[in-house]
Amino acid sequence: MNDNKIIRVTGLKKHYFGGKVKALDGIDLDIERGEVVVIIGPSGSGKSTLLRSLNLLELPTAGQIFFNGTDITDKKVNINSHRQKMGMVFQHFNLFNNMNILKNMTIAPVQLLKRTKAEAEEKALQLLKKVGLEDRANAYPSQLSGGQKQRVAIVRALCMEPQVMLFDEPTSALDPEMVGEVLDVMKSLARDGMTMAVVTHEMGFAREVADRVIFMDEGRIIETGTPEEIFTTPQSPRLQDFLSKVL
Amino acid sequence: MDSLDIVLIFQDLKDTFYRCFIVEDRWKWLVEGFGKSLVITFFAVLIGLVCGVLLAAIRSSYDKNEESLRMKGGFGFWGLRFLNTVSKVYITVIRGVPVVVQLMIWYFVILVSQKNDVIIAVFAFGFNSAAYVAEIFRGGIMAVDNGQFEAGRSLGFNYIRTMKNIIIPQAVKSTLPTLLNEVIALLKETSVAGYVGIMDLTKAGELIVGRSFESFMPLIAVAIIYLITVIVLTKVFTAIERRLRRNER
Ligand SMILES: Nc1ncnc2c1ncn2[C@@H]1O[C@H](COP(=O)(O)OP(=O)(O)OP(=O)(O)O)[C@@H](O)[C@H]1O
Ligand SMILES: [Mg+2]
Repeated sequence: MNDNKIIRVTGLKKHYFGGKVKALDGIDLDIERGEVVVIIGPSGSGKSTLLRSLNLLELPTAGQIFFNGTDITDKKVNINSHRQKMGMVFQHFNLFNNMNILKNMTIAPVQLLKRTKAEAEEKALQLLKKVGLEDRANAYPSQLSGGQKQRVAIVRALCMEPQVMLFDEPTSALDPEMVGEVLDVMKSLARDGMTMAVVTHEMGFAREVADRVIFMDEGRIIETGTPEEIFTTPQSPRLQDFLSKVL
Repeated sequence: MDSLDIVLIFQDLKDTFYRCFIVEDRWKWLVEGFGKSLVITFFAVLIGLVCGVLLAAIRSSYDKNEESLRMKGGFGFWGLRFLNTVSKVYITVIRGVPVVVQLMIWYFVILVSQKNDVIIAVFAFGFNSAAYVAEIFRGGIMAVDNGQFEAGRSLGFNYIRTMKNIIIPQAVKSTLPTLLNEVIALLKETSVAGYVGIMDLTKAGELIVGRSFESFMPLIAVAIIYLITVIVLTKVFTAIERRLRRNER
């Protein structure tokens, strides 16, 4: 099992209301180390549900999710230790409102990885500097712009030194002029070799950064391929239809 | 009005005052009654806070973890479900029955053998307040955006740490004004303690009325004591709130 697949999803289903709503209807997916996978699809197709299942924020109805070869859907697995290695970035940032930026970034490494406060702060400041926010370390989330919040949210996740980063529409809640600054951070993360799974409506980002693009509809993966294959030579009518609407 | 009238009025007031507060050291009844009111309020608030937070913890833990616990099944789910149901029933009953009636039940039924009536009042008002504190606090917890909770869990914090680090501080902050109001409401509510013969501030005033055949002065005195206490508490609480807010931002 110790191959280069960091995440393996088999037969994943997520049903609501006793099966009336099939948010996920049988997903099989592998993600390799260092790979950037971008998930696209119409609203309600199950993109968020899939991404949030990967760290078990959504509990699957059926199927398995392997992370580093461990089936994390097994009831005996302690999910918290696995989540430490999977960073997640949300559409609405979700910075902790009761802490300043530095505390937001250091509380998890200090409490969970047993870093000293000094170590954690040094690392946090280093990362803040990378995203151009070192002077905001003592600010509270409410004092930052949306783009700044999202950059902090990304580096907060990075403070835990995750092996994979999950992004759920990280730029959808941003004013247009702030989208670029967040995408730039994500691009540089991809260049540094981070494994990433990204749900986004930013087709330009998908085209430029993705190693693989996945198109979902109605809880299933309809088509998967390189950006070139997906955007230039889409096969399924549903993908063609979707692209004609968003491009 | 000549100066003789003024002297007479003044003399009259002095007599009344004398009969209300000086004879038999009646002012001491008010002081002692006030002391009892404060003691009852203080310990009832303690019980209310501790039990209320506990109840809120059970109720919100069940609400937040129902899905995952149901999937895991076993004792965790059924145990918490049971506690949740008990808490719900408790809160419904307490909030549905007038506090005076609860006080009488404590006095005449549950703690009949208890001689210390202050203890009875502390229990009655404390366990009453717990239900209200529980609902205030649970409301505060549930009002914290679920994204805060998910962000905590996604970093690897377990449920308890997520609550402790992230959710509860925000819930305390947002519910503090309401919680402090509950303290003030409780102080005033204790004025029904006289129903079971507890000599609190109100009852002391009533006793003076009975003995002195004066009603205005003793009752105004009681009212002023409550009023000043509430004003002082409000001032203290506002200062606490302001201070917390400054620390947060
Ligand atoms: N908690 C829930 N209860 C019931 N149905 C849900 C729940 N969460 C999601 N769904 C349904 O599951 C389906 C997939 O939702 P999901 O949020 O994954 O879509 P999405 O592809 O992320 O859409 P969007 O682009 O709008 O974010 C939708 O039909 C949605 O209504
Ligand atoms: Mg979504």
